[in-house]
Amino acid sequence: MTATESGFFGRLNWDALPIVGLIQDPNANEIVANTAAGIVLVGVVAVVSLLTWFRLWGPLWRDWLTSADHKKIGIMYIVFAIVMLARGVLEGVVMRAQQAAGPGDGFLEAEHFAELFSTHGTIMIFFVAVPFVFGIANFVVPLMIGARDVAFPVLNQISLGLTVSAGMMLMVSLVVGEFSTGGWTAYPPYTGAAFNPGVGPDYWIWAIVVSGVGTTLTGLNFAVTIYKLRAPGMKFMRLPMYCWTIICSSILLIFAMPPLGVAALLLAADRYLDFHFFTNDLGGNMMNYANLFWLFGHPEVYLLVLPAYGIYSEIFATFSAKRLYGYNSLVIATMSIAIMSFTVWLHHFFTMGQSALINAVFGIATMLIAIPTGVKVYDWMATLWRGRIRFTVPMLYGLAFLMLFVIGGLSGVILANPTVDYQVHNTLFLVAHFHNVLLPGVLFGLLAAYNYWFPKAFGFRLNEFWGRVTVALWTVGFMLTFLPLYFVGLMGMPRRSFSWEDPSFHPYMIVAVIGALVILAALLSVLVQLWVSIRDRDKTTAPVGDPWDGRTLEWSIPSPPPPYNFAIIPQVTDRDDFAAAKEQARAYPKPEAYEDIEMPRNTGIGFILCVLSGIWMFALVWWIWWLAILITALIVLAIIVWSFDTNTELVIPAEEVRKEHEAWLDLVHASAAVNRDHETAPENRGLARPDLEAVT
Amino acid sequence: MKRAPTHSYPGINLGRRHASADKAAEVVTFGFWVFLMSDLVYFGLMFAIYITMIDAQAGGPGPHELFDLKSVFAQTLILLTSSLTVGLAMLALKYNLPRSRIVLWFGVTLLLGLSFLALEIRDFMAMAEKGGIPQRSGFLSAFFGLVPLHGLHVAAGCLWLIVLGIQLRVMGMTDLVISRVVRLALFWHFLDLIWIGIITIVYFGGLTYG
Repeated sequence: MTATESGFFGRLNWDALPIVGLIQDPNANEIVANTAAGIVLVGVVAVVSLLTWFRLWGPLWRDWLTSADHKKIGIMYIVFAIVMLARGVLEGVVMRAQQAAGPGDGFLEAEHFAELFSTHGTIMIFFVAVPFVFGIANFVVPLMIGARDVAFPVLNQISLGLTVSAGMMLMVSLVVGEFSTGGWTAYPPYTGAAFNPGVGPDYWIWAIVVSGVGTTLTGLNFAVTIYKLRAPGMKFMRLPMYCWTIICSSILLIFAMPPLGVAALLLAADRYLDFHFFTNDLGGNMMNYANLFWLFGHPEVYLLVLPAYGIYSEIFATFSAKRLYGYNSLVIATMSIAIMSFTVWLHHFFTMGQSALINAVFGIATMLIAIPTGVKVYDWMATLWRGRIRFTVPMLYGLAFLMLFVIGGLSGVILANPTVDYQVHNTLFLVAHFHNVLLPGVLFGLLAAYNYWFPKAFGFRLNEFWGRVTVALWTVGFMLTFLPLYFVGLMGMPRRSFSWEDPSFHPYMIVAVIGALVILAALLSVLVQLWVSIRDRDKTTAPVGDPWDGRTLEWSIPSPPPPYNFAIIPQVTDRDDFAAAKEQARAYPKPEAYEDIEMPRNTGIGFILCVLSGIWMFALVWWIWWLAILITALIVLAIIVWSFDTNTELVIPAEEVRKEHEAWLDLVHASAAVNRDHETAPENRGLARPDLEAVT
Repeated sequence: MKRAPTHSYPGINLGRRHASADKAAEVVTFGFWVFLMSDLVYFGLMFAIYITMIDAQAGGPGPHELFDLKSVFAQTLILLTSSLTVGLAMLALKYNLPRSRIVLWFGVTLLLGLSFLALEIRDFMAMAEKGGIPQRSGFLSAFFGLVPLHGLHVAAGCLWLIVLGIQLRVMGMTDLVISRVVRLALFWHFLDLIWIGIITIVYFGGLTYG
């Protein structure tokens, strides 16, 4: 069948359902595939029934899906990221199990294993790391810079909608048809129509294109927010370090997402319209794809890790009760990393035929990035030096990060040498390296941020004991799973192999699968911590809003913050303005006058575009042309109709603001301040007593 | 949000009487510049792809057989004139001329945009008759990945002109509509800029090196 002669349902038929495969040929491979599809279906049914049972559809629609509040959008991003994280971790465990079942073929078929590593990579990067990073940023950035929302609240909602609908396509691919087997990089010509005529690469393409649009718009939104909406007096050199990393990240998104969009769309042109961008014949050139993809791909890893650096910077400063050491050098280092990240993409394909000179240039550029990163590590350690250190959960993540991340970074410097890279290229050494930077770097940072800002979002702290258990499980699980891969990688075991023969790999594979199970336990422990924390929330409430003796503006407002964040936009006079205010006893001022506040009204456009883009992707994947055209027209129409809506602002009267704010100020004055010895005790209601020892 | 009494955005002159259009316009216009930067990266990459694929003709027809410079010249004149008419609409906005003047210049711009598209499509069909279809070679794929992408932007601009023309009549000269007029003008000039790149790199470059 060709694209032009497909019928009413395109190329969709009953064979696309995995259950058909199970009935025709029951084996371990089909059972795993059907279990995965079953988990998706059971998950959907469970969510729908719970929502119906507790009559939550109305509140869900009114308070969440149509909300343009950056805090709620941030929380929805994080929930989505954790759901996808669960799938990504499960896939990782299955892959480790497959390789541990060797020597020989294990229990999965090669195709199925290839789908697993393709979805695992795609999900972890695009649908866990990115939404988690920007979920945290959504929640935190406007609060940190003293703004009432992001620059474009509705656009923010649309970004979320597009990211979620693209992520849902990966879930749909479990149940209908199959996903790509071409890895998260989807190199043609393997993913071209000649070698891969099925739907797999098409699921990848459209998920990447749609989420890419959403993510680009997020980058735009945050760049503009931080440039234009900072509170008066917050000059750039007073900007919290975390916001610096987000602005760098946003700039990277603005410039680095287009190459990915171009790569995916040109691949789509090859597959759908028989173009010859990357084909083997008629002048196609797959090296263009490799260059485009990594022109995106390398900035991508920095746009994920920079915000984590920012999170650690805030956490180290807060839990040492000290000003961040070397703020200026950290700003310069962050900017340097952001710029240099565009100059190193070629190190992802040293072995693909460039001259030695070009490889040397890119190898040296890659090694240079280690310098600003090293500056950061020393600055963080100097921040800890003689601080009033508390080993809370975020701090423990930070310490695990400091030690483990340096190993990952150093293995990166090893890989930056093209001659070494020729030896370990495409081995598990590389897999160990990038997991070593992404887990302790990005994921630990995000989990630290989750623990750190959770009380701000919900008004109570997370359970400390289960938090520590989680840190221990992640750390041990990470080390058991990925450190052995360095060794088998050096021994020559290729990555992405569903089958292997050398018996000397076996012990390492066994250790790695045990580690994977510990990581699974860590994931469960995250959920247990959440459950226990919600159950025992009476003992950890901190409504005053400053449980950690915080330094930046977000701690100067109630927890959870009101929809408008700040009753009065603060006047910033210092870096770490709230810490300075507490030292100078000018925190919690009583405003003289209040003003009406305009906030964006709820709108359904983000949700509508989420649903429409989901159907659009599905129609394109399955060649249902009439539907794709119809939905395209509906998307254009929806945007036009929305542009006629002028009733977009909601005014909150000054009187209401005054009442709420004064009630909270009364609570502040009625609460007992606690010092840092009682930070995790029930009496910490979120009012910090200035810790005289720590004044520097 | 409380609006600042003066407009502080340096790039765009909204005119004195729009002093209230202000901070909001400043944020939105800056955001639109950022969007254009991102869009520019798309085009920049497509130019790069085209340059690497000029030689990838695979025995198919090349620039000398396919390109019709007379038509390209006509398209250039039309598009540059349309930039002028958008500029006149902006001047009408700035000097507080009646709303109908803006709508008029929008109408002229729309006609020019549509004639540009008509000529471009005629060119594509003429190329197809000579065997110049994107399925033929990497070079033609790169050409048809880039030039119609610009055409698609012009088509989107035309749709925007129509919608905004209606909004000018229905919603009147509100701050929101004025800020949209400013952004549409930016977008239209951006399309012109890309077209200059296309005649230089795609047509002249193709004829020189292809």
